[in-house]
Amino acid sequence: MSENVPNDLLYTEDHEWARQEGNLVTVGITQFAVDQLGDVTQVDLPREGEVLKAHEVCGSVESVKAVSDVYAPISGKVVKVNSPLQDSPEYVNEEPYDGGWMAQIEMSNPDELKGLMNSAAYEEFLKEHEG
Amino acid sequence: MIDFGGWLMPVNYPSGILDEHKATRTAVGMFDVCHMGEVHFRGARAAEAVQRLVTNHVAKLHDGRAMYTVACNPRGGIVDDLIVYRVKPDHFLIVVNGANIAKDYQHFVQQVGSWCEIRNASDETGLISFQGPKAEACLQPLTRAPLATLKPFHFLPDVEVAGRPVWIARTGYTGEDGFEIFCAVPDAEPLWQAMLDACAGVGGKPVGLGARDTLRLEARLSLYGNDLNDETTPLEAGLGWVVKFDAGDFIGRDALLRQRDAGLARKLAGFVMLGRGIARHGYPILDRSTGAKVGDVTSGTVGPTVGKNIGLGYVPAGLARAGARLLIDCRGKPTEAEVVEGPFYRR
Repeated sequence: MSENVPNDLLYTEDHEWARQEGNLVTVGITQFAVDQLGDVTQVDLPREGEVLKAHEVCGSVESVKAVSDVYAPISGKVVKVNSPLQDSPEYVNEEPYDGGWMAQIEMSNPDELKGLMNSAAYEEFLKEHEG
Repeated sequence: MIDFGGWLMPVNYPSGILDEHKATRTAVGMFDVCHMGEVHFRGARAAEAVQRLVTNHVAKLHDGRAMYTVACNPRGGIVDDLIVYRVKPDHFLIVVNGANIAKDYQHFVQQVGSWCEIRNASDETGLISFQGPKAEACLQPLTRAPLATLKPFHFLPDVEVAGRPVWIARTGYTGEDGFEIFCAVPDAEPLWQAMLDACAGVGGKPVGLGARDTLRLEARLSLYGNDLNDETTPLEAGLGWVVKFDAGDFIGRDALLRQRDAGLARKLAGFVMLGRGIARHGYPILDRSTGAKVGDVTSGTVGPTVGKNIGLGYVPAGLARAGARLLIDCRGKPTEAEVVEGPFYRR
């Protein structure tokens, strides 16, 4: 499998990605996660204004095959969610790193970014853990 | 790929579950169902033996005719759901679920093994299912067998497809018109390729287990292991139409008669989700006023053609009526659903 792992993003072991822009972090799920799920039929997003802790469930992605929780990669307040996904969940399949973003979080502890993987580490992680 | 009763089978091919589903509803879907089991009954008492095993009326069959039925245990629980084919008055074929081959064969032999010859031909028989509105048009060029006059639940033994000896049955598990092609195992791969080539031009596609589930559930066809098992009876499962009490002294008849006379405590209900969420196998069904668990979801998925999330589950008989509201515990979120009768999808 050729993995689509952009090198400007950070990654979690649960297959979320995080894009840092100043104090804001945009969050979604990776191509690998999307490939495992198949056709996404429903996305549950966090609420705007909700305060999340890192590793806490912040939403879920449901496909024909399965339902999977989405975990917050970092702690902070949800400032924006991609509400069009409620009606067009297929964006998660088609553009997991662009139109399929799920939430934007205002970081409360930027040090947590150090706990995330860069693209090289995530690719290595995929090789080791997911064959 | 997943392990399906010892067979490695794909959940989906590269085009994905929704695309495979649509191909089957609009053109042709091809299913490798070689895992299904084939058991032959031969001899002067073959009909009697089959009738002892199944609840439907075997004497109503004639040569070239097939029927859906179940085999029950003495408690009325379902050993398996089956299709019985009458080849000749002294030769019947029973097609069983792949995961149940060993269990069914043992049950058959134990119950009626001394009445006739029972041969498990599962390992040497391949089965390809060719389903969809364009199935007949795509298959006809490959065979001289007259498909236009072959009616649903009829079959033609000893014919050819793409030059290979096969049996063609007008049966399937998708709610569409279609055919199931029985062949020798070495012929399965070349037949698959020939049939795939024959339907590729109209958008025909191979279909994996994922879309097989969405297709069969939209047509409200039961899946053994989910909706049916050794503890559920055909009356509870809504399969009363395959139980013919006047057919003969079949195994489970007394228990089913008692259950019919006493009334059913629970029934398999079909439902559509009103709230967001897909009900999945094993999710609890709750009482709407008390929140207490009253049943379980046995099957649930997206219904791509019906445009709703749909499912089946056992509920108290009083709730199994059209319009009744259920509450389904979707991973901690109680979600409303409404009971509907009949298939979710009809072609």
